[in-house]
This record gives sequence, C-alpha cells and structure tokens, in this order.
Amino acid sequence: MTNSRSNRRDFIKGAGALAAVSALPLSTVELAFADSTKNFTFAYISDAHIQHIKGSEFVRNWDRGLIRAVAETNLLQPKPDFVMFGGDLAQLGTKAELDHGKAMLDRLQYKTHMVMGEHDYYLDLGAYWSELFGPHYYSFDHKGVHFVVLNSIITYDEWTHERWPTPEQRMLEMAGLDNPNGSPFMVGEKQRQWLAKDLEGVAKTTPVVLFSHSPIQKIYKGWNFWTEDAEEIQALLQPFADATVVYGHVHQIQYNQIGNISFHAVMATAWPWPYPQSYVQAESLLPKLTVPMNRADPFFERDATGWQFIDLASGRVAMEYNLYNNTNRRVAFNPTTGQPEDTAYQAVGSRIAPQTHY
Amino acid sequence: MRISVVTGLALAGLIGVVGVVAFAASEPSVPPLGLPPVPIPEDNPQTPEKIALGEKLFKDKRFSSTGEVSCATCHDPEKGLTDSPLKVSEGITKGDRKATGTRNAPTVANAVYFTHQFWDGRSPSLEDQALHPPVNPVEMGLPSHQPILDVVRTDPDYVKAFTKVFGKSGEQVTMAEVTKAIAAFERTQVFANSAFDRYFYGGESAALTDQQKRGLVLFRNQGRCVACHRIEQTQALFTDNRFHNIGVGINRIQDDVPELAGEFMKSKATLAEVDIKVLGDARTSELGRFAITKGFNDLGSFKTPTLRNVAVTAPYMHDGSVATLRDAVVHYNNGGVTNEGDPVNDFLSGGIRPLKLTDDQIEDLVAFMEALTSPEFASQAAPAGAK
Repeated sequence: MTNSRSNRRDFIKGAGALAAVSALPLSTVELAFADSTKNFTFAYISDAHIQHIKGSEFVRNWDRGLIRAVAETNLLQPKPDFVMFGGDLAQLGTKAELDHGKAMLDRLQYKTHMVMGEHDYYLDLGAYWSELFGPHYYSFDHKGVHFVVLNSIITYDEWTHERWPTPEQRMLEMAGLDNPNGSPFMVGEKQRQWLAKDLEGVAKTTPVVLFSHSPIQKIYKGWNFWTEDAEEIQALLQPFADATVVYGHVHQIQYNQIGNISFHAVMATAWPWPYPQSYVQAESLLPKLTVPMNRADPFFERDATGWQFIDLASGRVAMEYNLYNNTNRRVAFNPTTGQPEDTAYQAVGSRIAPQTHY
Repeated sequence: MRISVVTGLALAGLIGVVGVVAFAASEPSVPPLGLPPVPIPEDNPQTPEKIALGEKLFKDKRFSSTGEVSCATCHDPEKGLTDSPLKVSEGITKGDRKATGTRNAPTVANAVYFTHQFWDGRSPSLEDQALHPPVNPVEMGLPSHQPILDVVRTDPDYVKAFTKVFGKSGEQVTMAEVTKAIAAFERTQVFANSAFDRYFYGGESAALTDQQKRGLVLFRNQGRCVACHRIEQTQALFTDNRFHNIGVGINRIQDDVPELAGEFMKSKATLAEVDIKVLGDARTSELGRFAITKGFNDLGSFKTPTLRNVAVTAPYMHDGSVATLRDAVVHYNNGGVTNEGDPVNDFLSGGIRPLKLTDDQIEDLVAFMEALTSPEFASQAAPAGAK
C-alpha cells in the first residue's frame, strides 16, 4: 500500500498536475481503495482534426497539438498501460489526413486503441480508417476491467447512402454545426445487439468502461453532443456496479452520473468548443454536475486544449486533465457521493470567475 | 524634500543621472513615466539607510570565495545592470579560467516588477533570490553563507549600518537582514521614461520616429509581441510574468528530453539542489521551468523578460544565444526556430508561430525596441546602425 501510494504521488507530479494539487494535501486527491493492485493508468488523446491544405501542407496548429500530446504522453512516469485515441484524427476523412495523423500517433511508445469519429468516417464510411486501425467496434479486457469501443457516430441509412451526390458533400454536411441538413449520431441496432452479446459473459461486478466518440447521453442536438439511442446503451450498462463512459467530440470538460454510469468527456488537442448555451444561447442539457472549464485565452493557441491520463482505481475513473497555459484539473469518482466530482472546483464557492460566466 | 534626499542616497553614486525614482519608508513611491508604483513588502519597508546598505552589499566582492565577484559583477550599472556582452554569466576564477553558468544574466533594472525571480522563476522574491548566487559553485562560490555573516558581523561599517537599519548586531544579524537590504536597494532600480513612454503615456507625438511608430503597430498586431511583452493603458512592464517555450535552448536538446525530464521527475531534489544543477549542466538548464514545477506545460519554458532597456543588454534569451535584436525578431518570425527550416520542438508554446514579417517590418520592430531605453542608460546604447 505504501508503495503504491508513493507511485501514485509521483505519477501526479510527473504528469504535470503538481500545480493543481500542490495547494492541497496530496491525500485529498488520492483515492484509498482496498485492493490497490487493481489500479492502473492509461492516457487519452482525442480530436486532433488533422487538416490537409494541399501537397504536404497541413494546418500547423492542429499538428502541433497532436505532436505535443504524443510527446508528453511518452514522458509519463510510471508508464501508462495503454493509450486511447478518442476519434476525429482527421478533419475531412481523407487518406492524406489519416496517414499524416497516424504518422504522429506512431510516435507513441504504447499500445494504442482507436475510436472512430465522424470526421474520420463520412468520406468513405470508415474504409481507409479500418485499413489503418482495424475494426470500428470491439472490446478487450485489461487487469480485471472490461473495455468496450463503439462507433457511436453512424446515422440513418437514408441520410448516409441516399441523400448526397458525393462522399465529399456527405462529409462536409456532417462536419457542420447547427446544420439543418445534419443528422443525429447513433450506435444503431446492429452494434447494440453486438454490445448486448458482448456484455452477456461479463460478471456484473466487473468494472466496464465504454469508449465512444459522441456522448452516450443527450446534451445538445445541434452539435451532435448527442447519441440518438443513448438510453438503450445506458440500459445495457446499468446492471453493472461500476460502469463508465468516456467520450470525445465535445472538446470540453463534461461529466455526469446517471444511475450506475459515470460519464467523462475528454479534451481535444485541436481547439476548444464553447459550451452550447453560452454560444448559441440555445437550451442545452449540460449536466448540472459539470463545472465548466474556464475561458480560453485566444492568444495561446493551446489554451483550453489538452489531453488526459486516467487513473483507474478499483474500476472507477479519475480523469486528470492536462491543460495548457491553464490550471490542470482532476475529476474523480467520489465514493461517498457516488458521482464524479472536480477535486478543486466542485463547490460553487471555490470556482474561479470565468467558469461561471463562460 | 525628503524625496530628493532618498533619491540621491540611493542612486547618485550608482548612475550619475538620477531621474524620478524615489522612496521613503511610509510614503508612496513616485514611479517614472510608464511604470506602476513599486510593490514594497510589508515586512521590508524602504528607508534611505537600508537602501544605502543594500547598495554597499550589492557591490561587495568579499561575498565570493575568491574575493573577485559581487552582485554588481554580473549586474553592472554600466551595462544596463547586466554583464553584456557576455552570453552566460562568469563567476569566480577556477584554475586558469572563470567559471561560467548556463544562463544570461538578466537585468536588475525593473526586476522588482517580476512575480518570480530567475529565468525559471524558481525564486519568489528579491529577498529570496539574493540568497542563491553567493553559494552557487559557478557564481560566487562560497561553501555556505557563513563567510558573509562573518564579514557583516565584524566589519565596523557594516556593524554600524546594520545597527542603524535593523537595530541588530552580532549573531542577531542573519541572511534575512542581508537579503532585505539588498532587495531594498534593488527596488530602487526602476527605469522607464523612455521615448516610447513619452510618446505613449506622455503625449509627445514626436518622441518616436516614423519607423518606431510603425514598429509599435507591428509590436501590437502582426508581430504578436504584446501578448507576452505587455503594454497596458497606463503602464507597460513589457512582461506578462509568465513562462513560455519559444524554441530557444530546448531546440538543441530535443532528443534528450525524455532522459533529462525523466531524471527530474524521479528526483526529489530540493530547490537549492536544482539551482546548482540547472546552472551547472547546460542540457538540464534547457528544461526551463519544468525543472521547478515538473509540469509538462513548463517544458523548455522561461520567464518573459521585460524589454525595457533591451537595446543595452545584448545578447538575448535565457542562454544568450541570440546576438542581436534583429536575430531575436527573426527567431519569432520563423515560428520558434533560430534558423529557418530547423525542426520545431514538440513542446512549443501555443502562440509562437510564423509571423510572415518582411525585412522592413523586422527593422521597424528593432527600431521600436531601441525606443525603450531609459535616459539613465542612453549613453550605453550602441550608436544607431551598429547592429
């Protein structure tokens, strides 16, 4: 126990969270669990949006975000067990973008698992992505945890196959926000059946962590912060004592608790999105639990982007957000309240101003 | 007037030309045009006697192992309070040569406005900062602070001064009193009132040349300089008091970062040990503020220096690797590499990107920076065209 505590402390320091936690006694951000041998960590990088301009030119800012996240992930001590990439490696799904993005990801010194994003998918419906990275949905087990990866960004067959004269236009239509021609994301019947079968053999006491690109909860439809059949996926996860969903796509800190299921969003390496209610003044269902991230300084191109490492202690996720030009944040499952909470800013009185008027 | 007495005591011997800098124990200071009031800590109020004592300590070479190095050696009032044109500071003589550090001596001028001292911000105050160079092996080389205390507790002039300033003598005099006096002196080293200040804050439209005016526009727009080298409505510190990786130093050790950073993350080094390590090892030095915080955001990052009087403090950057102001602008214009086309480091701060400045625009920016020299240092500036 002593050993693992000091390792954990080093890990927090090593991952750059020192500034965030140094004001607190370290014990308050450590979760004490009975069986610490089950604890492990993995890193999560997402939403790189590598964008081709022409020839060998790519948008520099997006390249730099992914390059930096990869380089920093390689410095983690102790080493994470694996890395997840949360989708939207490309901007418009082209071979040039996927190849360039893969070349950057290939510098990771760890086993990497991939999630499909809509920007990877809607040009060729994931064909080239599959050549590079394998199946669109799958599951694996690691140190007593069952991990599931879904392709949550598919939509109605009619929209996908019949509505658009070219694949390029289909890609562009799905890339737009508040696009009346858009269509809601979903997991779909086929994958839901696969998931039900996949989970059949898993004991209800086994921690389950599900990775998707879109939130498996409904927040704001106009930007597809949304999965149309979210409730049906949730119903498959509810029987498990410890279930967690980790999703990309939203480029911002979000977290929630619905029944037994904890939800965590991850940062983008490319750019931050504002919160829907502040940008479009539209009603959104941002979970009340979420303390928004603070406003980005537009000069610092990396501000409000980042990546995270995940501390999986006894099957529950503690999300360490590594944020640039900003204060790192940690959102961890609180066993007392039974929900994920920000370890520094959860109480209304301890928030910093831009978090309340983002 | 009390103010003029204080000013004379503090500065006349040092610089010769003394402007508006003035301090008194309980009176608000009057900063020169373009700077805010000097922050004075409650536990170290300014007094004329303390400032004079601090200046004496600042210039005392007995506080080095060889008796040849004082604070003023690397922070020379005749060189913009730096050791220009040295790239990195030179300390005590070891064998047949002087020990050198890894970092370019930053100016003491306006250092009082920094919220962190040293290039990597490892010191929180002027008082704390003054503790370290005397015992660093490549600077003043003392084995401990004891030799300093031996001098100030026995030298009759110091005994008298410490008694008068702090009401303390003998064993009661500690490094706390020594560093408070040095810091009090450094808080008088405040210089602004440059051509830029007279133009921008003083309403003298002719204070800048047309080229310098174009440079100011670039500084605040296409050049993106102002984002870190801040100019505000009523004052300009020309720093944001933050730390950035701009691609200097770290670019040379890119392949070594995993090894060097890994060592640091494992080590439990105290800040005093870090002080010795970063000034003694050129590769480790380039980790920048990361060596202090161990945060990835700080890899290869260093404090934004003020640009006031920058024309008299060449060379530039934390390692003195950039010879001229023009070269500094070119580095930024290249998006964080000194030689165009060199590889950008993985940890480059957001905001550092190619600027697409023309040669004429680069010259305009240099001309603008030459307008940031305070009158006290005007005679130290290289003649126009020498760069």
